Amino acid sequence: MEKVMNAANGDTVIEIADLGISFGAGAERAEVLKRLDLTVHRGEFVAIVGASGVGKSTLLRVLMGLAAPSHGTVRMTRAQGFDRDMALVFQDARLLPWRRILGNVALGLEKLPLSRAQRLERAQAALALVGLRDLARRYPHQLSGGQRQRVALARALAVRPAILLMDEPFSALDVATREGLQDEIARIHGETRKTVLFVTHDIDEAVYLADRVVALGGRPGEVRSSVAIDAPRPRGRNNQRLIAQAASIKQAIAAEAAARDDWVI
Amino acid sequence: MTKVSAARPLALGALGLALFLGLWELVPRLGLAPPTLLPMPSLLPAAFLREVQNGIWPTAVAQSLGHYLIGLACGVAAGVALGVATGLWRPLEEALAWVVRVLRPIPGLAWVPFAILWFGVDQAAAVFIIAVGVFWIVFFAAQGAIRSVDRDLIEVAEAFGFSGAWDKLRKVLLPAALPGVLVGVRTALGQAWMAVVAAELFGVPGLGQRMNQASSLLATDIVVVYMLTMAALYGLIDTLFVGIQSRALAWKK
Ligand SMILES: Nc1ncnc2c1ncn2[C@@H]1O[C@H](COP(=O)(O)OP(=O)(O)OP(=O)(O)O)[C@@H](O)[C@H]1O
Ligand SMILES: [Mg+2]
Repeated sequence: MEKVMNAANGDTVIEIADLGISFGAGAERAEVLKRLDLTVHRGEFVAIVGASGVGKSTLLRVLMGLAAPSHGTVRMTRAQGFDRDMALVFQDARLLPWRRILGNVALGLEKLPLSRAQRLERAQAALALVGLRDLARRYPHQLSGGQRQRVALARALAVRPAILLMDEPFSALDVATREGLQDEIARIHGETRKTVLFVTHDIDEAVYLADRVVALGGRPGEVRSSVAIDAPRPRGRNNQRLIAQAASIKQAIAAEAAARDDWVI
Repeated sequence: MTKVSAARPLALGALGLALFLGLWELVPRLGLAPPTLLPMPSLLPAAFLREVQNGIWPTAVAQSLGHYLIGLACGVAAGVALGVATGLWRPLEEALAWVVRVLRPIPGLAWVPFAILWFGVDQAAAVFIIAVGVFWIVFFAAQGAIRSVDRDLIEVAEAFGFSGAWDKLRKVLLPAALPGVLVGVRTALGQAWMAVVAAELFGVPGLGQRMNQASSLLATDIVVVYMLTMAALYGLIDTLFVGIQSRALAWKK
């Protein structure tokens, strides 16, 4: 078990090799992920799909350094030109209830060498990006679940990370808001060449956004398939090729779930 | 509709108070109790004015408030510091577990003999006794509050690079623990008043000492004036504190 931050070869930013994660010990021990290999290139947008409980959030937590792998290695490369190596949008928004919305968005900025005015400006810009400028002075409990999710997204974007990890960031949103934010993320990804790992249960969303869709499956979980989505950007929502690819991924997942008598996504 | 329901508790409260004072006034007036043992409320304003005019009341109030605030500040500071430290760090809690078990059940007032031996019949003795009483309440409140901070929020701080102990304390643990600590401090506000009076009954100058003097001269009206003074001061302080508390916790649902 090893987690290293140094130059992996050339274009690779994340290199996960033979990763295993388990919780508990003895009879309580439960393996969540096993023999997981995954390589992510600079600027790549990777969508991760898989049944509930397969270990997607756990994988992001390990990448973030919040949990230690029990086996295998994770190598990451520092990228130039970004303020932080990584930022994570948690599955549950996890805002600090005593801070106003603007203060929540500014949290990560307080670790960067910025003046108060710069922090304020960047927090406001990030909040505007997710369409919540008007709620800056509110407290988290005064927001809806979907609004809180967007604040969490703004908090992660504000620190301008080289790698953006997102855990079902749009799951609580209505279709219009979700599509608006998908386009926003696609734009940010295109303009800043961030590397993005995006966990979702929505295959259409995965196919629309990603360069590659990685499906995890099984118990303990492992990589079941990795499908490149090569449609050029900007993509249309009615792109026939994308629709076909989404359909075939859905079919593969359904077939596998049926074979294993497992729950479908 | 709302007007009626808002006025009713006020009216009933005033009525209850008037009945209480009336009854109190009647008992000595009807000769059911000698006025020296139960001074009539109608005599109290005059007694109060005398105490204010001869300067004893303001001095005693200032002295007692001084003990109270300093003792409270010391007790709260020590309680928060040790409560947070033991809440964060298991080995420290384990090391102190038996010390706490021995010292904790000793009532604050049981420290009076030592306080007087160590500090003399002096302000410092009163401060010490008050601080001891306050300490335990705040200590346990702070320890519990730190323990129950949501792990997920600490993870958020870590995810954004706040990995040092001081960073986590500042960004998450202390603000998250604040509501619990303030509940403890509010309990301590009342506890500290009892300690003030107790310390002063043993001769440290202040409200309690003046009350003691008056009672030995059977000036019971003056005794009652000081009892009511304590009640009023406590009420004032508690009201102020609740105001501060609700401002500090404006973010709560
Ligand atoms: N701290 C923990 N202790 C023990 N088991 C855990 C812990 N955290 C997660 N697990 C288990 O690990 C497995 C993977 O959890 P994880 O949260 O990564 O799933 P997920 O793929 O994100 O699911 P979802 O799509 O529902 O969010 C689950 O079976 C869960 O019960
Ligand atoms: Mg999850």
